[in-house]
Amino acid sequence: MTKQQVLDLYFLNARHQLIEIAAFLDRVERADSKDDFRLKSFRAALAKLDSREKHKAKALLLAFSDPTKRPVAKAAGKSAGGAYPGSH
Amino acid sequence: MRYIEPHAHMVSRTTDDYERMALAGCAAVCEPAFWAGFDRSSVDGFHDYFCQLTEHEPKRAAKFGLKHFCWLGINSKEAEDVKLAEEVIALIPQFLKRPNVLGIGEIGLNKNSRNELRVLEMQVELAAKHNQLILVHTPHLEDKFKGTRLILDVFKNDKRIQPERVIIDHVEEHTVEMVLDCGMWAGMTLYPETKCTPARAIDMLETYGHERLWLNSACDWGVSDPLAVPKTALEMKKRGHLAGAIEKVIFANPKSFLRQSGKFKI
Repeated sequence: MTKQQVLDLYFLNARHQLIEIAAFLDRVERADSKDDFRLKSFRAALAKLDSREKHKAKALLLAFSDPTKRPVAKAAGKSAGGAYPGSH
Repeated sequence: MRYIEPHAHMVSRTTDDYERMALAGCAAVCEPAFWAGFDRSSVDGFHDYFCQLTEHEPKRAAKFGLKHFCWLGINSKEAEDVKLAEEVIALIPQFLKRPNVLGIGEIGLNKNSRNELRVLEMQVELAAKHNQLILVHTPHLEDKFKGTRLILDVFKNDKRIQPERVIIDHVEEHTVEMVLDCGMWAGMTLYPETKCTPARAIDMLETYGHERLWLNSACDWGVSDPLAVPKTALEMKKRGHLAGAIEKVIFANPKSFLRQSGKFKI
């Protein structure tokens, strides 16, 4: 596909999703109480968008990921929260 | 358009979904054993579930002209209880000769715990002993990258396992390359909220090629879409993919992998 074709097919949807992210940040910033690790991780991921580097989707997924390799002693629950609470 | 749905949890879906899939061109549906949304209280619950997958569900599918196949195993969400897992694994061999059983799955990791890893190794042992295909679930969200690396290590360390007989499912942009590099197959799951969108799955096809990759909906009792595969095929068409390339990904590829079981005939 040409750039023009990609833009024709996906620009409006991408614009919509970007504004949803902006509105989400406005919403969470209006709310009381402190940030948690998810928001910190979210902001770190956002910073990777504003770059000329390739493979941005992979970079964002890695920014949210647990980078360690040692199995945990016991599964604490079954669900995942979407962001790694430790540091990269 | 004809397609294969290689990963769908049809016991959680309505009869209407079977009809919609058949109308969309589905030729066969494959159902890995999975978590019911709650923990079963005993091995008897798994026995009944395996009977449902091998006896009842094929009859439901057949009413719409669909062939139904399944995979058997204990899923990673119930693998923290190793004693229960041992009992369930002991049940499985009696079901393996049933005509719609394709292999062991979906097995894998969820929270990347020691017990989950132990149960995964036990089920890989079962698959190796009975020469079964293997379908692997990779963890969700922040746990996927770590879990996929741990899972690949299990297979790399077991020389009995032929990588081309293993599919690692639910890959995303940060895990697909490492799976393909190991010689295994990679499944891209199309979910409305998590995992892959059709657009991202097609991006991966355009980046990594059409070999050893398949698409699935993994539709279940949660937010999911049983028509995700044909919808992605339509998006491939919009992006200029040729009919032959689309058919390869949604029909020929899953057929190639699944026919290694010796039972997948459509």
